[in-house]
Amino acid sequence: MAGNNNRSIGAVNKKGQKIVEPEYLFFEAPRQEFFMTGSEIVKEAIRRASVDISVAYPITPQSEAAALVGELWTEGYVGDYFRGENEFAVMSQCAGASFGGARVFTTTSGPGTLRAFENFPMWSGARLPILINVMVRGVNSPLNIQPDTLEMAFLLDTGMLIWHAETAQELFDMLLKGFIVAEQPDVHLPIAVCIDGFFVSHTKEMVSLTGTDICLPHYDPYRSPVPCMDMEAPPMRMMRDPFVMKSNYISYATHASWQQEVRGAVERARKYSVRYLGGMIEEENSDADILIVSSGTAVAQGREAVRLLAEEGIKVGIVRIKSIRPFPTEELRQATKNARLIFVPEFNVSGWMAREIKSTIDRNHRVIAGPHVAGGMTMPPEIIAEEIKKVMHLRKKELVHG
Amino acid sequence: MGKNNLKICSDLEDIMPPEYRELVASATYGKENRGWKDIGSAKELIEEHSLCAGCPEAIAFRYVLASLPNPEDTVMVGSTGCTSLVFPHVAVHNIHSLFGNQNAVASGLKRALKLRFPDREKDVVVLAGDGATVDIGLDMTLQAWFRQEKFTTICFDNELYANTGGQESGLTQKGFVMKMAPQGKQFNKVRMPEIARESGCAYVAILTVSKPNLVERVLKNAVLIARTIGPTYIQIYTPCILEIGKQSMEGLQEMRDAEGPNDRFAFREFITDEAKAFLADMDEKKKAAAAAKIGTAAPAGVK
Repeated sequence: MAGNNNRSIGAVNKKGQKIVEPEYLFFEAPRQEFFMTGSEIVKEAIRRASVDISVAYPITPQSEAAALVGELWTEGYVGDYFRGENEFAVMSQCAGASFGGARVFTTTSGPGTLRAFENFPMWSGARLPILINVMVRGVNSPLNIQPDTLEMAFLLDTGMLIWHAETAQELFDMLLKGFIVAEQPDVHLPIAVCIDGFFVSHTKEMVSLTGTDICLPHYDPYRSPVPCMDMEAPPMRMMRDPFVMKSNYISYATHASWQQEVRGAVERARKYSVRYLGGMIEEENSDADILIVSSGTAVAQGREAVRLLAEEGIKVGIVRIKSIRPFPTEELRQATKNARLIFVPEFNVSGWMAREIKSTIDRNHRVIAGPHVAGGMTMPPEIIAEEIKKVMHLRKKELVHG
Repeated sequence: MGKNNLKICSDLEDIMPPEYRELVASATYGKENRGWKDIGSAKELIEEHSLCAGCPEAIAFRYVLASLPNPEDTVMVGSTGCTSLVFPHVAVHNIHSLFGNQNAVASGLKRALKLRFPDREKDVVVLAGDGATVDIGLDMTLQAWFRQEKFTTICFDNELYANTGGQESGLTQKGFVMKMAPQGKQFNKVRMPEIARESGCAYVAILTVSKPNLVERVLKNAVLIARTIGPTYIQIYTPCILEIGKQSMEGLQEMRDAEGPNDRFAFREFITDEAKAFLADMDEKKKAAAAAKIGTAAPAGVK
């Protein structure tokens, strides 16, 4: 590795942080409690992440986090930082930095995600392990800045890894773990760590953080499965004929097999996601007849609904999905195998998570796509409880008459 | 990367393609004063190409690659278009990511290389067509210049979208009837060199490739100034002989016909005072070094 720093485990960086094993930082290092917003948590995670370059652009609700990363650059924790001209350019600048061997972090939201979109499958295809924190927000029009998870549906088939944090605490942990999973040589893919805008980014909660005196090891671009574009390795003439626009079997087969390889790499991330996230899903009373299955803060609302229903003697369990790509297929099949009704509350109009679940488990008539709210509407636990009671009643009638 | 990094494992020597063996044996990485005259005698950094026979872009590509001052530490960024048919054959690291984002990619790349190799020069050179540079990528072209990103942008200007079949671009001449301009182009050829100058480029040149000496001089100026001072821009006429109805052998004459004193590709250079002083200083140092060399009377043939 070129550069002037000793980057081995145990070395101390210019900010006095000791470089530690990721497992130590994740699972063993002493932690202290703080009361912070999600945006502040982004800053604290990136402070400990040995990030080389971050590119920022203003869009609500991620602007504060993106600006706080700029402060880290000024403080010397991040190697380089600037404001790009729009999200399409920002994601291309992130790509350039990653092609050049840097660890790259950026953030975006809603319309910004969609403006940037052409870059995401390119990141995956070029095997760039960029970490993007997506603070989801409604997609226009009409103009809307409120939380809404619709943009995540667009990301599902880009070949990126996708995690969904429910809380600021989980955001802190996922941001740090995300780099390490994304950069594994047999994965080496971009990762979107998503949170629900405002609900997580702008609210304060108690979070438990590792000390500022330790940080992750640096990214080593020479562990990449594709060459780093720094002219430190001999260039290859990759082909005698460029595949682009050649209408022949070899070119089709090359593209097809590479796309399969990217999907294969997503699958290979499974073992790391399980290890670092402590499983792809989290179960609470999943032996119940009725389950709420979802991700993000929709689950937090579901948990309150479970409490309300328990007061009425209705027992409901919860399955929370932490990793959406790769998708916890087997885990969900197991966790839902005894459920009679599966409710999927979502903060979007389309109910994409319910579609994902329906396409995964058997007897999928058990899946109720809802309730879902959109455009920034809140989802009071009462409407989840009402939906559950309504469907229970209907299904009972169906049984009587059926 | 020095040339000594370029090796073939001896067990694999016999199965490596001949052009790769040749590249290892006689590439010009690290050769001082490499230039267009090496073409034909040394291994070129571009082997075959898949462009049309007689395409001026192909010869422009060769001159550009032959003139890079430091190919062993140069990374190129391309864009979609005819140039992306050539890049897979080019023996420097090169990136194709999307159409039009080349200057954004190069911005991130240059910063990453600066961060990772603080004590070495790693040149970044963008090479893209007029559609990529002036139409779809214009905001990123300009914003990289506003930010004073230290790399060279080369635009191969063939005055149309060639690879998609001859559509109007911002650099098409007014009045030309093309695909998507069935009544002739309604507005003037965008004055990109002037825009580059006003956007903060330290060095700008517009030329054809009819004179390889000139291409070499301009290219070296642009890369060295970008390394030290700020962004640089070169616009090179590479007529699409196919789309303007010329024969394979007529490309050179087409370029000559477009570079008269009042023509749109008359050679023009804009250079900031700072860049001018930098070039003068470099010349002085070169002369002094040459004089010192004569003074020490090194035996002939010894470098």
